[in-house]
Amino acid sequence: MLKFVGKRLLIAIPTFIGITILVYVLSSLAPGTPLEMIFSDPHATAEQMEVLRQRYGLDQPVVVQYFNWLKQLLSGNLGISYRTGNLVWVDIAERVGPTLLLTFSSLTFSLLVALPLGIISAYRPYSIWDYISSALSFVGAAMPNFFAGLVFVYLFSVKLNIFPSGGMYDSSGTRSLGMLLHHLILPMLVLSIQQVGSLIRQTRGSMLEVQQEDYIRTARSKGLFESVILFRHALQNAFIPIVTRIGLMIPFLFGGAVVTEQIFAWPGLGSLMVLAINSRDYPVIMGITVFIAAAVLVGNIVIDLIYCLLDPKIRYE
Amino acid sequence: MEPLLDVRNLKVEFKIDKKWVAAVEDVHFQLKAGETLTIVGESGCGKSVTAMSMLRLLPKTTAQISADEILFQGRDISKLSDTEMTKIRGQGIGMIFQDSMTSLNPVKTVGKQLDEAFLVHGSVDPAEVKQASINLLREVGISSPEQRYKEYPHQLSGGMRQRVMIAMALAQQPAIIIADEPTTALDVTIQAQILELLKKLQEKSGSAIILITHDMGVVAEMADRIIVMYAGMFVECSPTKDLFTNPLHPYTRGLLTAIPRKDMDIDRLNVIEGTVPTLTDMPKGCRFYDRCESRMERCKNELPPLYTRGESSVRCFLFDAKDGE
Ligand SMILES: Nc1ncnc2c1ncn2[C@@H]1O[C@H](COP(=O)(O)OP(=O)(O)O)[C@@H](O)[C@H]1O
Ligand SMILES: [Mg+2]
Repeated sequence: MLKFVGKRLLIAIPTFIGITILVYVLSSLAPGTPLEMIFSDPHATAEQMEVLRQRYGLDQPVVVQYFNWLKQLLSGNLGISYRTGNLVWVDIAERVGPTLLLTFSSLTFSLLVALPLGIISAYRPYSIWDYISSALSFVGAAMPNFFAGLVFVYLFSVKLNIFPSGGMYDSSGTRSLGMLLHHLILPMLVLSIQQVGSLIRQTRGSMLEVQQEDYIRTARSKGLFESVILFRHALQNAFIPIVTRIGLMIPFLFGGAVVTEQIFAWPGLGSLMVLAINSRDYPVIMGITVFIAAAVLVGNIVIDLIYCLLDPKIRYE
Repeated sequence: MEPLLDVRNLKVEFKIDKKWVAAVEDVHFQLKAGETLTIVGESGCGKSVTAMSMLRLLPKTTAQISADEILFQGRDISKLSDTEMTKIRGQGIGMIFQDSMTSLNPVKTVGKQLDEAFLVHGSVDPAEVKQASINLLREVGISSPEQRYKEYPHQLSGGMRQRVMIAMALAQQPAIIIADEPTTALDVTIQAQILELLKKLQEKSGSAIILITHDMGVVAEMADRIIVMYAGMFVECSPTKDLFTNPLHPYTRGLLTAIPRKDMDIDRLNVIEGTVPTLTDMPKGCRFYDRCESRMERCKNELPPLYTRGESSVRCFLFDAKDGE
């Protein structure tokens, strides 16, 4: 088991380096130099620009620039935001909490909804639960979250006025947990829609597959009740592919958060990302990208650990 | 004496392309306490389906089981509710499956799976179950059972896994053990050991065994009585010595003459020319008609019933005339 986890950790290192290269290359290919953004002053002289180029290291070859950046990155220095002049990691740090809150609550909510529905619909095909599940997975597949976001805001904020349309707290200045949750519900639901759909389908499929397995028949032949077979024999096996699916969902969770945060003015990394992109704030764009990539890698390592717990074949490899 | 198991007119249908087609029908047989009955026949002739239908282990949505009666210890188990049926499974009738790799749960230890068999109907106190499991593992010939108890199925060899399956079926001391090709997946020496073990355990416990196989060597070794199945029906049922010395049905005769040695596997020999009809394309008359050397005109359109000949019964018109003599 240690070997398995160790191997995964070792693979994560080159993956991370690869991501940094990609991030760097893509951002240096993007049109418009940062300097144009910082100093849009048309009166700036060529000499002044040159001084700035040197100050930001932009006069050096790309490879050298990359290694300088990587060196700084590894020492925890993500540079300075062109837009705010703050250290990038300070800007990121104050946005991490809301994003993690949004993504984790959405993942938890999706699991709480999709797992029971998927299981019930596999055990009771053609029941009302099965129809609800099919409807939800259909909606999940058909509704991109920018669209779901607009629909939800229109329905629940504008028309019904039961949920606020954006922000984490209202403008009264008081901050309470209740208020936070009230603001969290809509963006969380929107971010969950697609995950719920794909998780229901995965859960239902895995359960149906496991039900066909010979060891379920063996369990039955011992005289066990169906409910005992479900909890003691079927679930753990069915969870193996479900956990894979959850692992695959993690990047989309963060990607979805960018859009959702923007719609709901949720003060997280996603909306910071949009701000940064609009002002070509490359250090921030790169910082967030690297941070999210690292979060996804960590997520995948957690997934691998869960695998070990579920599947003894991996544990004893 | 009343038989332990009395199956009358068992029929199993599967839903194939939205139509119900019979995979097994017109099955009648009896099993006495302590007896070993074997069911032989080529693959796909319905042996497993017959066995599993009695315990209702077939997928509910695609399989439909009907029977006039399945009397087990005098009680008609074909009319039991699903809940009552769970009490028959394991406790009344235990089952050993063919593929021990897929028939054991890969994510649970051997010990936990065996414990469960003891605990399911409360036959052993939970505090003592571990010891009971370890003792039984030892009894089925597993060395260092304390160690094996903690291991997962993939850590055991095929032969050992099959011993675990046997232990699980024996745990509740059922009156009948159904063993569906328990040795097919194993190599020859292990096969012999497993059969030996089954025999020994049977002598000790007095259980009756229904042994399904397509290996005539196993049949000769183990059986008191033999049922020969062809395309979803019983074609002959005879005591072992009668079947080998005086086979009645042309199919049985074909099987025996085509087998140069007793230990030949009928599946690996192309024993009789022609192929078995498929489920969706069953002939109206005798199902063996196309391949039969003794076929007559009436066999083509008329399905022969089971005729009794001494201790045997046979499904063939050759025995119709003799009835009248
Ligand atoms: N769940 C099922 N659904 C449809 N057909 C089945 C199912 N199980 C078995 N059959 C069919 O029933 C027939 C008998 O199968 P089986 O009893 O497994 O044969 P065997 O004698 O080799 O044990 C075969 O034609 C098989 O394809
Ligand atoms: Mg079979």
